[in-house]
Amino acid sequence: MPKTVTEIRRGLAQGEYSSQELTRDYLARIARHNPALNCFISVTEDIALAEAKAADERLARGDGGLLTGVPLAHKDLFCTDGVKTSCGSRMLDNFIAPYDATVVERMRDAGAVMLGKTNMDEFAMGSSNENSWYGPAANPWNTARVTGGSSGGSAAVVAAGLAPAATGTDTGGSIRQPAAFCGVTGIKPTYGRVSRYGMIAFASSLDQGGPFAKSAADCALLLQAMAGFDGRDSTSSETAVDDYSATLEQGIEGLRIGLPKEYFAEGLDSRLASVIEDAIGEMRKLGAQVREISLPNTELSIPTYYVVAMAEASSNLSRYDGVRFGHRCADPVDLEDLYKRSRGEGFGEEVKRRILIGTYALSAGYYDAYYLKAQQLRRMIKEDFQKAFEDIDLILAPTTPGVAFDIGAKTDDPVSMYLQDIYTISLNLAGLPGMSLPVGFVDGLPVGMQLIGNYFDEARLLRAAHAYQQVSDWHLQSPEEFA
Amino acid sequence: MSGGDWESVIGLEIHAQLATSSKIFSGASTAYGAAPNTQACAVDLGLPGVLPVLNREAVRMAIRFGVAIGAEIDHQSIFARKNYFYPDLPKGYQISQYEHPIVGKGKVVISIGEGEHKTIGVTRAHLEEDAGKSIHDLFPEQSGIDLNRAGTPLLEIVSEPDMRSAKEAVAYARKIHSLVRYLEICDGNMQEGSFRCDANVSVRRRGDDKLGTRAELKNINSFRFLERAINHEIERQIDLIEDGGEVVQETRLYDAERDETRSMRSKEEANDYRYFPDPDLLPVSISDADIDEIRAGLPELPEQKQQRYIDELELSEYNAEVLTANRDTAYYFEAALAAADGSHAATLANWILGDLAGALNKAAVDISESPIAPAALAELVARIDDNTISGKIAKQVFEAMWQGEGGADEIIEARGLRQITDSGAIEALIDEVIAANPEQVEQFRAGKEKVLGFFVGQVMQKSRGKANPGQVNQMLRDKLK
Repeated sequence: MPKTVTEIRRGLAQGEYSSQELTRDYLARIARHNPALNCFISVTEDIALAEAKAADERLARGDGGLLTGVPLAHKDLFCTDGVKTSCGSRMLDNFIAPYDATVVERMRDAGAVMLGKTNMDEFAMGSSNENSWYGPAANPWNTARVTGGSSGGSAAVVAAGLAPAATGTDTGGSIRQPAAFCGVTGIKPTYGRVSRYGMIAFASSLDQGGPFAKSAADCALLLQAMAGFDGRDSTSSETAVDDYSATLEQGIEGLRIGLPKEYFAEGLDSRLASVIEDAIGEMRKLGAQVREISLPNTELSIPTYYVVAMAEASSNLSRYDGVRFGHRCADPVDLEDLYKRSRGEGFGEEVKRRILIGTYALSAGYYDAYYLKAQQLRRMIKEDFQKAFEDIDLILAPTTPGVAFDIGAKTDDPVSMYLQDIYTISLNLAGLPGMSLPVGFVDGLPVGMQLIGNYFDEARLLRAAHAYQQVSDWHLQSPEEFA
Repeated sequence: MSGGDWESVIGLEIHAQLATSSKIFSGASTAYGAAPNTQACAVDLGLPGVLPVLNREAVRMAIRFGVAIGAEIDHQSIFARKNYFYPDLPKGYQISQYEHPIVGKGKVVISIGEGEHKTIGVTRAHLEEDAGKSIHDLFPEQSGIDLNRAGTPLLEIVSEPDMRSAKEAVAYARKIHSLVRYLEICDGNMQEGSFRCDANVSVRRRGDDKLGTRAELKNINSFRFLERAINHEIERQIDLIEDGGEVVQETRLYDAERDETRSMRSKEEANDYRYFPDPDLLPVSISDADIDEIRAGLPELPEQKQQRYIDELELSEYNAEVLTANRDTAYYFEAALAAADGSHAATLANWILGDLAGALNKAAVDISESPIAPAALAELVARIDDNTISGKIAKQVFEAMWQGEGGADEIIEARGLRQITDSGAIEALIDEVIAANPEQVEQFRAGKEKVLGFFVGQVMQKSRGKANPGQVNQMLRDKLK
């Protein structure tokens, strides 16, 4: 402990331990450490043990799949049949999903064992996990610090070795930023690569599911199981899924890497910048050709993102009205009272703020100035990337401007919180894949490096990250308390 | 309606429920009348995490309509969210279309009587999902929600404000009703809400170019009510203006029981629907090949049928138009014609539009449920045309057929109604009549032609109507010379 998925597959295959033994170990670690970390909203012990038993039977028969017997945790916005799916909200604190999300179904089909559901910012709205109805998750490297968000629980679970892998979603950085803060590896695939069916929507045109794990090699396995066309999601892509593990070892000799100058400018913590510089040096040593590029519309990405994401969210969250499921206020006197109090009580401050901003942006008279304008800017941001990818293969950048901050440090300053996403949200607007991997520490806290690929170029992203991880061990380090 | 100096301006929004077997964005059944909430799946309930998947059949049906009215069909059509809160709207938004509807500008021709026609513009027709139903009278102090209807595909057909009277509006609505049924894209059942009309009504002084302020009338579930609701509204608006008031833009509900419209909500209270493209659905691509394929698969439409009836079957324009106005009437006529091997078209048309229509109307039975099948009517008409019975006797036979006494031949035989065409038998009757009426014989021979009618009547009476009247007439003339 903690182990990688790759090691676990070997251990299970060679009979070093059974999935049931492994699962019990993880459940015991969760019981011991979760009170301090608060990274699980639900622990599904019975399901985990039953699935582990079934996995052992499959392994014994010799018909194990990609992830047979491997324990993992799901972000609590993936619907899980018969299990509470809260989305980090009081609104859904009583919601037992009656069906499985495609991601959940595929992970199960691949043989994975579900340990539980992880903590998150309410409705995936946040960059610190402090917006959860269940309270913030703590960063395993320093429990006074935030995990990042919104998939904070999933990142912390992997960092603390409470699960070898976890699922997450990324709307504006919600996989990459907590992966960076917690020192784990996470990938946000191309929009449309992973089905959104059963993934509770925040902003439909930006949301994308993906995995967290210790290494790029592990992420390759997990993404392999998750990715692919799904007829239940109209925006899911029919593009064939590459074999991500097959090309991992091919190295990065001659790979053309671009460094967007706008990402290395003012606002980036200089200590963090020098850690990234070292990692760039490693990439050069591995044979990459590194050059500066420009993504001139980067500074427009924050306002563009917040208009698009909030507009979509304001509509997506209309279904939580206290009528059919979720929180309903006590003794409503009439319909309006039912709506107002159910939503008023069920949603937290940040969610309400975003619903209001989004509603405003779509209102008659403001639509052209906000929503339509944001769509135009979104196209420009996308074109910046398309132009850049004419001459380069990958973009390399910091994942975040700084390391994990103190819990409570930014809760009164939403704009400063929104700026946390400056390096991550452009990708979501463009629909491109990106990942974050650990490349060092500042003040004992992990630093994440971001790699950005062209559409459906996840295999190359994973290969580059893997190459770096073959010559470094940042990704294998664990916080002492949880080692 | 007062004074001739007012003109009313009417536009209709028609919601036609498309006859797909599953819903527009889910696999749940669209069948009507199931127990509440038994035909609503996770998608229809708007559960967290669900996503819509477009039913391509609904798109094909919409294009069928578009092609039939000669409309522009956009190669890219976009779904948008119409946001508002209501308990029977599960997601808090309705997936509809705003910019880039599937069917663009088109037109239909309506008949406004006396062989006169008028072209009515169709502004657009777009696809959308229906909401569920709120039931307010089942539980004390609570409302029930039935989501079976939620997600049923609707085609909203929006007309130009081209109609100038309630009669024209009804003619247009009937035309669209007829068309969607010919196209087999909607069952047209108004009671079950499969075909709903909202009317936008305004009035202005004749000669004015500017449109008056309009009111939107909702909740109209029959053509009769449509006409009454519009006429009431026209009258209300004229009275209001003539009394020095002003029409306010508002939505008014028609109350059929009280036969009046009343205000539901004004423009100030109207929702801001915050339309925006639905990010869960990709734009729908429609190729020219798709459109051509759909066009090639269209059935014969009413106007084409009408022209064919006139050109090939030599029916009158009036009969051709009435026969084709309703798909089921046309199908009945064509089935009867086929049973008659393509002959007697005019006689069949007269019987269908005359006696049969009268009987059906009186019994309030739809022609598709007629107790006299098309082939049975063809048999009756054949017996008239081959002189087995006279037209007069045929009415008796028709009546017996309606009562279920059997086929025409069967009834003719059982009741001994076969026409007497045996000249020997007729001659015997004529001789009897001549012998019994010497006085009238004298009058005829003296040049009083009218007396012939008396003799025909006497002979027909003796034959109990069965003698062939033409034959009787001719033979009498020969005998009386």
